[in-house]
Amino acid sequence: MSDIQLWTLVFIGGSFAVYLYIAWRSRVKETAGFYVAGQGIPTVANGAAVAADWMSAASFISMAGLIAFLGSDGSIYLMGWTGGYVLLALLIAPYLRKWGKFTVPEFVGDRYSETVRTVAAVAAIIISFTYVVGQMRGGGIVFSRFLGLDVTGGVIVAAVIIGLYAVLGGMKGITWTQVAQYTVLIVAYLIPAVAVAQQMTGIPVPQVSFGQILDELNAISLELGLAQFTDAFAARPQIDVFLVTMSLMIGTAGLPHVIVRFYTTKSVRGARYSAFWALFFIALLYTTAPAVGAFTKLNLLQGVNGVSADALPSWVNNWAATGLVTVGDGVTTINSVSNSPTSGADLIVNNDILVLASPEIAGLPAPIVGLVAAGGLAAAMSTAAGLLLVISSSFSHDLYFRRVKRDSTDAQRLLAGRIAMGLAVLISIYAGINPPAFVAQVVAFAFGLAAASFFPVIVLGIFWKRCNSAGAAAGMITGMVFTATYMIYTLPVFGTEANPHILDISPEGIGTIGAIVNFIVTIAVSKMTAPPRDEIAEMVENIRYPSERRTVTAGAATDAS
Amino acid sequence: MTEVTPEKETRGGEPPPPGSAPPDNGWRKEYWSRNLRLMVILLAIWFIVSFGFGVLLIEPLNEIVIAGFPLGFWFAQQGSIYVFVILILVYAKMMDRLDSQFGVDEPETEGAAK
Repeated sequence: MSDIQLWTLVFIGGSFAVYLYIAWRSRVKETAGFYVAGQGIPTVANGAAVAADWMSAASFISMAGLIAFLGSDGSIYLMGWTGGYVLLALLIAPYLRKWGKFTVPEFVGDRYSETVRTVAAVAAIIISFTYVVGQMRGGGIVFSRFLGLDVTGGVIVAAVIIGLYAVLGGMKGITWTQVAQYTVLIVAYLIPAVAVAQQMTGIPVPQVSFGQILDELNAISLELGLAQFTDAFAARPQIDVFLVTMSLMIGTAGLPHVIVRFYTTKSVRGARYSAFWALFFIALLYTTAPAVGAFTKLNLLQGVNGVSADALPSWVNNWAATGLVTVGDGVTTINSVSNSPTSGADLIVNNDILVLASPEIAGLPAPIVGLVAAGGLAAAMSTAAGLLLVISSSFSHDLYFRRVKRDSTDAQRLLAGRIAMGLAVLISIYAGINPPAFVAQVVAFAFGLAAASFFPVIVLGIFWKRCNSAGAAAGMITGMVFTATYMIYTLPVFGTEANPHILDISPEGIGTIGAIVNFIVTIAVSKMTAPPRDEIAEMVENIRYPSERRTVTAGAATDAS
Repeated sequence: MTEVTPEKETRGGEPPPPGSAPPDNGWRKEYWSRNLRLMVILLAIWFIVSFGFGVLLIEPLNEIVIAGFPLGFWFAQQGSIYVFVILILVYAKMMDRLDSQFGVDEPETEGAAK
């Protein structure tokens, strides 16, 4: 066993032991604890849990690699996956917390109608499930590189552990475990980043110091046949950068597994501060990611530029075994580098390995490599657990309880939720081992659909009392159908021909247009049909104020209390 | 906190359109419009920094280079994220003030640790 494998085992084993211990300590028996942790999670802890929940295998493992090759246009992910929190904090979180139930479909159901609720529950399950598959796959990659397991074994181990503590602990166990996972993943991300920054520039703050190397990186990129790192719109046209960023932002604000986390705070005020802490913790990683991308890319390019194929650095061989790094046939010296397998470049490097391989590329010691592996797993597991919970609650609470057995007891619902979770784990093991070729596209799908369905309906539900059930149903359905149609039109996902993008709009960006369509249809149909009942207007009125008015002046107080 | 559900709360038949609230509920309109004003200002900053500086004006801003960073590139990959964090903090702080001014702050809120 190599040093790297040993240290990986130590870190992964140690962190898993902590997660399972926490899940065991905070196991719960009643529904409220299972779904919203009895609404007793401190703000900072909830923020860290939201951050861990949100930052998936994609953020930890893939994003810096994507940015390394996208360059300036990588900002679509950086801004898109953080800016959504501003929308969430200002437009959604405090109000849904005041209204205070268990699930997003439940809000939609109370505000509009049971039909809209069922549509929302099914959409929440589909969106969450797509995500879970990606996480299982991410866990599988880590195990297969560092522990010498095959991907199948890796996926099964990851899925069993995630399933075990999600089923046992519910939201309470998940929240505290996620706090531990956030700690592991951020430490694992920052330590190598700080070390590399110190090594290359002498300034141990990656956010500041990567400015020092941008000129050098631009020069060597050109030499090796890549676009300059700081050139805007090298990878995507301007209009598409705009639309994709917006789509990811409003998709983030509409994703059920993120919104539901704000129900776990103690108060409306707690929900606002939770959003702040969540974004603060996310920003620690997101502002570091472009630095990691830039440093690793420069290191990588300098390490291989003009080097003969039999004298390449050792990380190339280590990763070649996973098939994620390949040297072109008959290549003697490396004169071009790419991330695209069809580019015909001398050295082809998959985006997904850049973060995991960055300590090796920079020649950092084995314990750090092991720590990064544990961090990648923490990111994948924490997100998967949060998603499993949404699947479980949407199924048991919004479908089973409402549609199948209205007189079900607490215990029955809890059981239904756990069975749904177990089933989701089994199916995602299968899908993680045999991933559909289009996982990446399907994730874009999930964001676009969340943007075009949930976001407009929730926001209008809070800010416009006149918005009614007919409008919301029509808006959600047209938004989703429009978005899905364009995605199917432009992506070769369902065996259909991929058509060229209309007006440079990519399928990742269409969610923005879908959301606008949803807004327009919802408003138009609501205007044309009867206003909602008085109780609904009353309900909307009430979620706008954090609590009953205290006695301030006699006149106002008598009416308000 | 004390959960207030719409059913438990009896508020003498207030008509739904916001334009015709009874006069003794004036504080509600006032509170809500100040909340909305704050929201619009913060969202305008959100849009200008991210979509304005980071997307629409990125190329002209890239002509200015500070500490190695072309300015537009810096806004797109660093600056906008810092601004987002600050915007949420400002919102939470301003809403604390607004809530207590109008006496709708929650009595048993936890210390928000900052």
